[in-house]
Amino acid sequence: MRVMAQVAMVMNLDKCIGCHTCSVTCKQTWTNREGTEYVWFNNVETKPGVGYPKRYEDQDRWRGGWELDRRGRLKLRSGGRVRRLLNLFANPDLPALDDYYEPASYDYDTLITAPAGTHTPVARPKSAITGEDMAITWGANWEDDLGGAPEHAPADPNLAAMTEKVRFEFERTFMFHLPRICEHCLNPACVSACPSGAMYKRAEDGVVLVDQNRCRGWRMCVSACPYKKVYVNHRTGKAEKCTFCFPRLEAGQPTVCAETCPGRLRYLGLVLYDADAVLAAASTPDPTDLLDAQRAAFLDPDDPDVRAAALAEGIPEDWLDAARRSPVHRLISHYQVALPLHPEYRTLPMVWYIPPLSPVLDAVSEQDGDPADPDDVFHAIRGLRIPLEYLANLFTAGDTEVVAGVLMKLAAMRGYMRARSLDGSVSTELLTATGMSAAEMEEMYRLLAIAKYEDRYVIPAAHRENAAALSSQGMGCGLDSDGGPGMGGEDLQGFQDFHLTGARSDGRIGLSLFVKPRGRTS
Amino acid sequence: MNAVDVVLWVVLPYVALTVFVLGHVWRWRTDQFGWTTHTTQLLESRWLRLGAPLFHLGLLLAIGGHAIGLLVPKAWTEALGVSEHTYHIVALGGGVLAAVLVVSGLVLLLARRLVNGRVRRTTTRMDKVLYLVLSAVIAFGTGGTVGRNLLGCGYDYRETIAVWFRGIFWFHPEPRLMVDVPLVFQLHALSALVLFGLWPFTRLVHVWSVPVAYLWRPYVLYRHRRPRLSASARPGAVGDGRRGA
Ligand code: HEM
Ligand code: SF4
Ligand code: SF4
Repeated sequence: MRVMAQVAMVMNLDKCIGCHTCSVTCKQTWTNREGTEYVWFNNVETKPGVGYPKRYEDQDRWRGGWELDRRGRLKLRSGGRVRRLLNLFANPDLPALDDYYEPASYDYDTLITAPAGTHTPVARPKSAITGEDMAITWGANWEDDLGGAPEHAPADPNLAAMTEKVRFEFERTFMFHLPRICEHCLNPACVSACPSGAMYKRAEDGVVLVDQNRCRGWRMCVSACPYKKVYVNHRTGKAEKCTFCFPRLEAGQPTVCAETCPGRLRYLGLVLYDADAVLAAASTPDPTDLLDAQRAAFLDPDDPDVRAAALAEGIPEDWLDAARRSPVHRLISHYQVALPLHPEYRTLPMVWYIPPLSPVLDAVSEQDGDPADPDDVFHAIRGLRIPLEYLANLFTAGDTEVVAGVLMKLAAMRGYMRARSLDGSVSTELLTATGMSAAEMEEMYRLLAIAKYEDRYVIPAAHRENAAALSSQGMGCGLDSDGGPGMGGEDLQGFQDFHLTGARSDGRIGLSLFVKPRGRTS
Repeated sequence: MNAVDVVLWVVLPYVALTVFVLGHVWRWRTDQFGWTTHTTQLLESRWLRLGAPLFHLGLLLAIGGHAIGLLVPKAWTEALGVSEHTYHIVALGGGVLAAVLVVSGLVLLLARRLVNGRVRRTTTRMDKVLYLVLSAVIAFGTGGTVGRNLLGCGYDYRETIAVWFRGIFWFHPEPRLMVDVPLVFQLHALSALVLFGLWPFTRLVHVWSVPVAYLWRPYVLYRHRRPRLSASARPGAVGDGRRGA
């Protein structure tokens, strides 16, 4: 057992109202620079829908993530090492700008500088890439709230595996929002595909980053990430991705997207996992078993053996305390209501989702049931193929039983708390149905419904002796520099050293500490 | 042989090679952030997927050919029993194939840069200079191989150009060997020297970063945050450091 700590996130989808505040604040913080106009570290998709970039979930086309070869060994879906080097000159799996969208701005200047004339001047859209006039035909949230769904949504890859056809007439359809950031995977395909070794996972907190000084622009990470959360900066010719706002995490603060979420649906906390179990978990033969395999790789921070092993690995005491209070750990491993997005990609993602009950509740009301009555809801969960199959295709590699179980738990919690607050009665029936104690049920309710800031974000500050330097990094970094702030790796000051002495600044650690001995996954 | 010949065939090579070496040292130390292929595949993929492999494969073939032609003395191949005729056939065959690949690839890449508005807009002045010089090197090289050796009367560069080239590295340059070389080969050599001088300041630095270590390194890399920051920590250092030159 080799204990490692990872900062992980859970999002409660029932609370997402699709306001895009997270996307906007993230963009303002990290990607409002030339070269990153089309880059959304955080984006909010309406599901069903093709997503961003278009149809990114179609891995037959983009070949992101991992798969098992005939002998059951894990390999990158885009091919092995030799193949990747042979494809360096042109990457066959790279999405083009039109699979994202052509970013545009409006030429507002003409509104005030246009000479007097008979017509009112108009601000025309201008391409942010070429500066030419352009027609805006797509965007990062073009399908917002099912806009244009009858035309576009049938192309959603998650619909392909469904037994019943999803209808997109207004009265018959369902929808929910899916905010997406980098998953900071335990088995990151992007890191594994980067030929230069510029991408890495931070040993202390699991954040996956691109070292801007070592990226050489081979753009293999972009195609290897099945979630398409690494982007090419077309101005600098280098890769950029969600940093998990690491300067904020280091200071014990939540990410910008979490902090600014008006729905307060994001939870951040530590998960302890066994680094030695990662490869085996990712190689689980049946994709529907990947969820359990990944949960089995997580360690219980209350277990004294785990604690001792973690201390031996150098994980500090206060981090272990934070791990015990971690809301993420509770939602994933204890209540088991959070699920990973597309576990079948085998990257072992670390941003998990509590699936939305709302599509089911909508269906119940449509069928003249009472969405407040747990029996009606249970019945609907059992009886509805849509949207259950759809959710299963997103979160459990198609296993509807697991999704149904989670939704039942959420419905039971609602029913239980409703009875409790209406007439003070305790529904033992619902408690037995979920196998939870009254105290657990109420705790879960508190965490999901009314958790305060300190309960939603339990982030231990980084152990770093030089606090002054840390704050200079967090606040004083050049937001206007080409590579963007904080994109440079673990120790920004290291660049200074680098330029002065020519010494390597990357601080990469020796072979023995790499998680996977080479050869086993190749 | 006059002063111009000495400048062209002695001074210029040494200047170009010095700039080449020192330029790379300087760029490596000051501009890691700018050291990239500067990929444009995001902006235009279709033509690149055809043009870039053609261009690069042809170039690698041509570079391999140059290594054999220039660095291996004629006496060695003769000692190995390779006849002049065999050598000529192989070199010409390889050369013509390389030329066809490189030129078709280059035409595609150039056309793409000129025609596609997105790529055109991201083309820097340095890119333009680079493409000009690179095209010249390739044009004169192709002219020599196809025009002179395939269609024309042929020219044995191994007795002159190759010996001059090796002499530069022994610090024993023999400019007189170049004086009577056909013009097209002279121009090829001169434009190549200019290219070497430009090299460290262009995107061509990507050539030195070919990631062969990827073949044996572990897939997932972990790095530790550095335990301590340097005393020189100050706001703004990030931007300054990373922009380089
Ligand atoms: C095995 C060695 C090499 C590799 C792996 C390599 C790889 C690459 C890659 C990935 C690109 C970027 C393509 C894109 O836009 O996505 C590129 C561009 C380029 N390479 Fe290479 N290269 C190599 C050798 C060379 C050599 C020897 C030269 C010339 C002397 C060269 C000249 C160029 C040029 C001019 C471009 C720009 C193409 C354009 O965008 O118009 N490369 N190379
Ligand atoms: S989700 Fe993030 S960590 Fe996972 S493969 Fe994509 S970029 Fe890498
Ligand atoms: S963690 Fe930070 S960088 Fe990543 S999506 Fe959220 S706000 Fe953006």
